[in-house]
Amino acid sequence: MTTILKFNDIRKSFGELDVLKGIGLEVNKGDVVAILGPSGSGKTTLLRCLNFLERADSGSIVFDGVQYDAAKATKKEIRALRMKTAFVFQNYNLFANKTAVENVMEGLVTARRVRKEEAKAKALETLEKVGMLDWANHYPIQLSGGQQQRVAIARAIATNPDIIFFDEPTSALDPELTGEVLSVMKTLAQEGMTMLVVTHEMKFARQVATRTVFMENGVIVEEGPTKEVFEHPREKRTQEFINRMEMDDF
Amino acid sequence: MDNSVVSLMLDSFWKILKPGLQMTIPLTLLSFAFALVIATVTALVQEAKIPVLRQLARFYIWVIRGTPLLVQLFVVFYGLPSLGILIEPFPAAVLVFSINEGAYSAETIRAAIESVPRGQLEAGECVGMSWLQTMWRIILPQALRTAFPTLFNSLISMVKDTSLAANITVTEMFMQTQRIVARTYEPLVLYIEVGIIYLLMCTILTKVQAWGEKKLNARGYQRSAA
Repeated sequence: MTTILKFNDIRKSFGELDVLKGIGLEVNKGDVVAILGPSGSGKTTLLRCLNFLERADSGSIVFDGVQYDAAKATKKEIRALRMKTAFVFQNYNLFANKTAVENVMEGLVTARRVRKEEAKAKALETLEKVGMLDWANHYPIQLSGGQQQRVAIARAIATNPDIIFFDEPTSALDPELTGEVLSVMKTLAQEGMTMLVVTHEMKFARQVATRTVFMENGVIVEEGPTKEVFEHPREKRTQEFINRMEMDDF
Repeated sequence: MDNSVVSLMLDSFWKILKPGLQMTIPLTLLSFAFALVIATVTALVQEAKIPVLRQLARFYIWVIRGTPLLVQLFVVFYGLPSLGILIEPFPAAVLVFSINEGAYSAETIRAAIESVPRGQLEAGECVGMSWLQTMWRIILPQALRTAFPTLFNSLISMVKDTSLAANITVTEMFMQTQRIVARTYEPLVLYIEVGIIYLLMCTILTKVQAWGEKKLNARGYQRSAA
């Protein structure tokens, strides 16, 4: 198995508040890593630091064999990393002034200089994959939350990233809409896409994640193969969290 | 109404409208176009937080907004010649109106940029676009929709403010009216007439604004972040 992403000792504080207290993890190609943990545990901040949406105070990131200083990476380095990663946001963040198909094309045409016709073909192909082909010419405001998030996933996969970061992709959705998004993610996982998923969906983590990380108070409390973490957690805190969350599912 | 009043208005209508078409409208459109460019650059420089340029932008806005437009016209047209810089009336007017409006519109555009949800910029950068590409293709088009009514306010203001150019010998509508008044001694009728012509021009602009807003709304404009 080849390592695609490895980070070490990521630290981040907002003023007095230490959000990440030295986090490290290794992610292999094809891994689907679920990051679980209570609100305020630093899951989202971690994900944002890995893609430099947030600047870590210290730490190192090795992605696809290239080392990055999590605190001091240059603009050029950051852009190189972003060319090979994708990010799916909690509130979708589709470009409001672009149609669904234009949203997917943007990263190809503007950032990667792909020819327009070629980009459009690719965009339509990915929209079809997430079941949004019929909505290609609609603006985000004309789509439901679940539809917007599926377009956002199409936008993420269109650029063939080595890894996709998902930041609570279903948390802003009505319960009846989460299913359509999770099933798209499940398909991606089955195709071998490497994914780092911050989520509260215990069932999704259990069924789809190859590995599960449990975070609390800015540290990783426990991580391992999903089955182990769920069925034989080593830490009491992990057990309590899983029990409480799965209780909520019923 | 007195027959002579009607015939005076009819006689002078074309004489007043002509410099309106030849001077007032070109002066307004040219100045406003340049102002938009200046304003966009000034707003972007501040948003990009480029050290020295950002302070320069603030300084420019501070000076221009803090001094009367008439004073700025006089400094450029009557003042600069003592430094050996002579500018013809029309270009001088375009220069001053552009720089003046640029400062105000820079703030309008900056506010509009800041009203676009931060996630739009993050999403753009996450698909691999540079800051400038994201600004140009994603943020500014959305900001333009927000700024549109305010910018149109400024444009409508400018149509009327161009009458100040009469003070630096630009023969625009107002100066032309003054000349006719000097000949006919009919200030009430003629000044009301020129007022009506300004009103007509601004009415057309109001219609254009409504049309433009409708066009922009068709392009996925969101009233507020969902």
